[in-house]
Amino acid sequence: MRQIQGAPGARVLAFGGYQPANVVTNEHLAKTMDTSDEWIRTRVGIVERRIAGPEESEVDLAVQAGGKALAASGLSASDIDLVIVATCTLETQIPNAASRVAHRLGIDAPGAFDVNAACAGFCYALSAAADAIRGGSATHVLVVAAEKLSQWVDWTDRTTAVIFGDGAGAAVVGPSDTPGIGPVAWGSVGEKADAIKVKDRNSFLQQEGQAVFRWATTALHPVARRACERAGVRPEDLAAFVPHQANLRIIEAIARKLGAEKAVIAKDIVLSGNTSAASIPLALSRMIERGEVPSGGLALLLGFGAGLTYAGQVIEIP
Amino acid sequence: MALTEQEILAGLGKIINEITGIPAAEVTPEKSFVDDLDIDSLSMVEIAVAAQDEFGVEIPDDQLKNLKTVKDVINFIQS
Repeated sequence: MRQIQGAPGARVLAFGGYQPANVVTNEHLAKTMDTSDEWIRTRVGIVERRIAGPEESEVDLAVQAGGKALAASGLSASDIDLVIVATCTLETQIPNAASRVAHRLGIDAPGAFDVNAACAGFCYALSAAADAIRGGSATHVLVVAAEKLSQWVDWTDRTTAVIFGDGAGAAVVGPSDTPGIGPVAWGSVGEKADAIKVKDRNSFLQQEGQAVFRWATTALHPVARRACERAGVRPEDLAAFVPHQANLRIIEAIARKLGAEKAVIAKDIVLSGNTSAASIPLALSRMIERGEVPSGGLALLLGFGAGLTYAGQVIEIP
Repeated sequence: MALTEQEILAGLGKIINEITGIPAAEVTPEKSFVDDLDIDSLSMVEIAVAAQDEFGVEIPDDQLKNLKTVKDVINFIQS
């Protein structure tokens, strides 16, 4: 038996993002439940979110974002030999999303699998993609994170309904002579698994808000620092910090403790809500579109969520 | 050596000011966090975490909801 050597490194060639057209404002939610624009803005920092209708599935969202990233990369569908979809909100678990997304995008017979690491899913999938390229298992990988959280949220529960949104983000990853995706810093806290859960197949998403907030604001800045250290990058050298868009107060707390003074901090949660695994690529794709972050600059991605799971890595912005 | 009520109050006033912007002088024992100081549940978590760093006493989430006033927190830290 022999071992195949892949590329020396991997990099993100392009990002793409997609959101459903339907905008749901805080005022809209305040009409159907006991909440207010002021309450939502001060607790979670969200002004509006996008919600997909029954005609648009999580696979539809993934296809849109994946197609945009593929087009922006300049590659064709036939160049992709692995598709990874990060999602935790599929309506049904069988079949997986990745095979369907690949087929809809005209990608012929790629390796195709889904990743469930909840809101950390994109960082896990990106790490798997980079490792596949460096290990010789793939040459070009389409990584998509897509979530339709609205179908797992109780729309009468004001503690969760105000937080979440639907959306998708994607990245095309290819080979590189130099490192473009840094070593991942990841882990999990299984003893806190009950903090965010869907109890059974007839239940909605439940979250212990205070416990999750405490964990996110105390345990994650060391993970962010570790991701920087593993990549040999100082926080002050980062051009962008793109944490999972969980809650504006969590984002600001982690950013403050990380001390990345020059970095643009992603705050896409304000207009997108918490879109779980999709939030990081969605936020970064918008920052790139708006010219807020420099091509070739370094961005720290940090995903964290149910499991509890977490993962972070430094990447070079395409 | 156990801290006095005054020492804990001064520490809490500083912590609450840093987290919420409320002047430390307004943080007095009889004040209710929710009704008088308008502090929300997430800020309470931040205060509990900062108090743990300052005083070395862990205030778990399930205890936090029982601590209604500044005096309740002082008693918890002293106990």
